[in-house]
Amino acid sequence: MHWRRWLVPLSALPVLALLAWGLTRDAHTIPSPLPGKAAPDFALQTLSGDSLHLHDLTGQPVLVNFWASWCLACRGEHQVLVDAAQRYGPKGLRVVGVVYEDTRDNAQQWITERGGTWPNVLDIGSHTAIQYGLFGVPETFFIARDGRIVYKQIGPLDPAVIDQWVPKLLASSAAIGPNVPEQPFAQGKSEGYVRTSPDFPATRGTTPPR
Amino acid sequence: MNAWIGHIATLMALFVAGGGAAVAFLAGRTGGSDPRYMRAARQAGVAVFVLVLIAFATMERALITHDFSVSYVAQVGSRTTPLFYTIISLWSALEGSILLWALILSGYTALLVRWTRRYYEEPNGDSQVPYALGTLLSVNVFFLLLISWPANPFHILSPAPLDGPGPNALLQNSPFMGVHPPLLYTGYVGMSVPFSLAMGALFAGRLGPEWPKRIRRWTMVPWTFLSLGILAGAWWSYEVLGWGGYWAWDPVENASFMPWLTATAFLHSLMVQERRGMLKMWTITLIVSTFLLTVLGTFLTRSGVLASVHAFTQSPIGPFFLVYLAIVLLGSLALLAWRSETLESEGQFDAVLSRETAFMINNLLFAAFAFVVLLGTMFPLIAEAVRGAKVSVGGPYFNELSVPIALLLVFLAGVGPALPWRKGSLELVRGKFRWPFAAALAVAAVLFVFGVRQSLALLTFGLAVFAFGLLIEEFATPTRARRRNTGESLPVALWRVIASNRRRYGGYIVHSGILVIAVGIAASATFRKEAEWTLRRGSAADIGRYRVQFDSVWAVKEPNRDGVIAATTITTAAQPFAKLYPRLNYYPTAVEPIGTPAVRESLREDLYLVLMAYTQDGQQATLKAIASPLVGWIWLGGGIVALGALLALWRTRAESERQARAIERGGEAARHAAPVH
Repeated sequence: MHWRRWLVPLSALPVLALLAWGLTRDAHTIPSPLPGKAAPDFALQTLSGDSLHLHDLTGQPVLVNFWASWCLACRGEHQVLVDAAQRYGPKGLRVVGVVYEDTRDNAQQWITERGGTWPNVLDIGSHTAIQYGLFGVPETFFIARDGRIVYKQIGPLDPAVIDQWVPKLLASSAAIGPNVPEQPFAQGKSEGYVRTSPDFPATRGTTPPR
Repeated sequence: MNAWIGHIATLMALFVAGGGAAVAFLAGRTGGSDPRYMRAARQAGVAVFVLVLIAFATMERALITHDFSVSYVAQVGSRTTPLFYTIISLWSALEGSILLWALILSGYTALLVRWTRRYYEEPNGDSQVPYALGTLLSVNVFFLLLISWPANPFHILSPAPLDGPGPNALLQNSPFMGVHPPLLYTGYVGMSVPFSLAMGALFAGRLGPEWPKRIRRWTMVPWTFLSLGILAGAWWSYEVLGWGGYWAWDPVENASFMPWLTATAFLHSLMVQERRGMLKMWTITLIVSTFLLTVLGTFLTRSGVLASVHAFTQSPIGPFFLVYLAIVLLGSLALLAWRSETLESEGQFDAVLSRETAFMINNLLFAAFAFVVLLGTMFPLIAEAVRGAKVSVGGPYFNELSVPIALLLVFLAGVGPALPWRKGSLELVRGKFRWPFAAALAVAAVLFVFGVRQSLALLTFGLAVFAFGLLIEEFATPTRARRRNTGESLPVALWRVIASNRRRYGGYIVHSGILVIAVGIAASATFRKEAEWTLRRGSAADIGRYRVQFDSVWAVKEPNRDGVIAATTITTAAQPFAKLYPRLNYYPTAVEPIGTPAVRESLREDLYLVLMAYTQDGQQATLKAIASPLVGWIWLGGGIVALGALLALWRTRAESERQARAIERGGEAARHAAPVH
């Protein structure tokens, strides 16, 4: 018996170990520059037609949740948000839904079917999504009282994430973390993005010529 | 309803495949003594195909009828997507693409059942075929397990959503989506068949003289599809992505290229085994590696281990693939080690200057190439494991290491066929190489005089001309001799020569196709010109020999997208040349607009225009223009490769009969030969 011929199969083991380790990593999680920075401000219309300005919520912890009615993962997440709003709402947590690439009717029907009393705004042109560096839906940004993003959840929320971060947001009277930003909300730079909207082409902006 | 039918069909296919694999292995162990086992396994093979076909058709029906209660339809369907893109959206996301995979795999299984029908009719003691069928059915089991459980596309959604997002915007922007994935999968998945035949031979412990013939065609077919699939993918990314390139060494591209490299090496070393009984262990290792690389490549790109432009969503199939990869990798390597004694060489090298040597070098180069690509693809993972940093190697690594290997392969594509088996002589080499060498020098000199100074490009063109010259001699010499003897006209004589050995001359045509591709890549990579301008309406700018004038820009509304189209007029030397309409498309599910470049394709040079931006009043547009010579040669070369492969595969009825009889005799021999254990 040549024992040496078994060396080749054995040499495959480190490769398999490397691949197994690779599975525990998420190649798509690229460190986001946003946590620790001021949340980009936005003023958008809610589904009911009112105007919502994120700046007006300064001083209160906010969850900004991006979702869409065509998004399957958002379905499961919705109940988590409903629970979170029920439990932490009375303590001061504010939830803002941002409807991503969807119609007002579909979004309204979703809310009617699934409940939820927090305001949902329509991000026509996905321009707020771009400012938040959205990778897909759902994504949720945890914003502290001072207007800084403390944590970003890619993919659906689960109760553990809520319980880990929301109490921290509620507990701190001011900033969490070392650096305090100069201004509470970053002013959005809205010009210069190619925008999409249903009433094309009148409202469509363009990339300024270079 | 659709969800139920689809899910039950996949579950039934899973159990039938599992049962079929078990009885096929049983048939192998008993050496065909009880024909009922084989009959059952054979029926299982066909039944799996029928069941997967039902699941596939059900999914298509659900997509076309917008049945959003099927989870996969809710994921990729949309009422506004045009019918064509709805049909092909079946393979636009992970679960559906595995369903397509399963369909092709079970189709191959049914073909293998049909092709080996003689063995069922007369069991002849040869257990290779039962074991091969058992292996192929167990590969089916794995993929059916995926679509039955972790990647099940037939989940029921209740209540059903009103509409879906439609397929990924990039995937509904070009009809290539309907061509590239099926071609590529037919090649990629098809490598399971030669793998199964190799495993069958290893299980049976016998690699008879008929083995290379048996496995060659089963490798040639997927190899041809894989080649075309890779090229179609390159063409697609060229036509759609707007960067004017066709290959980016992305992990998914590499995942398809690595098995192509090892399969190509395999097809060559198989000839050495067939002619000289040498390199048996190496040959079988190559085909096993080819299959392993298809599994590894799929694992790397579908499990979220590596980031890729082909962004499949995160899915729970990673651990399944890893376990499967571990089983196949350890199992096949152990089987190879166990059987290594049966795989000892019968022949030996007679001379350095021989075709065997050329094949050996060719094999080493292909293996090195595959290793280079594998290392580069895995590097981000290795780097993160060792240093904890997210790094990746880009184009420069791949280009610097692969260009020298590719150039040597171009050289061998001509030299290999020119060298005789066993032993060549220097006089023969001098005689054969003289004219091609002179032609290569002449072409390089002419190009140099016309101002081509890039040494790498000159070297590539020279080597390609040299290799092409050698190949032409392989056609010309016997044709000349035939004309002298028979007095036939040139086309008739040439055709008769080719027809006398289609396999050989088909191979040489494939080689010529590869040379054409190499020239296309070298020229387009070296002499590409690029410019970007912001033009006012009616004004123009120059790139190379073209003057591009921006005429106007307007918007169109389509059901599934909005578009903005720019009109341009191209002139060369003040003569009208073409009108090009690059456009930008706005899909509701895409944050950024997706361009459709306008490409004026010709064999000489492609002019490629991308609309980058425009002003709302339509007075200005920013255009990117790329002029790259000989890009069309890459696609032309692909056509030549396909033609050559078809010629090499094509057999007359008499020939198939003869081969079938030869393989049967091999089986007869197996019954009389002492089994090796």
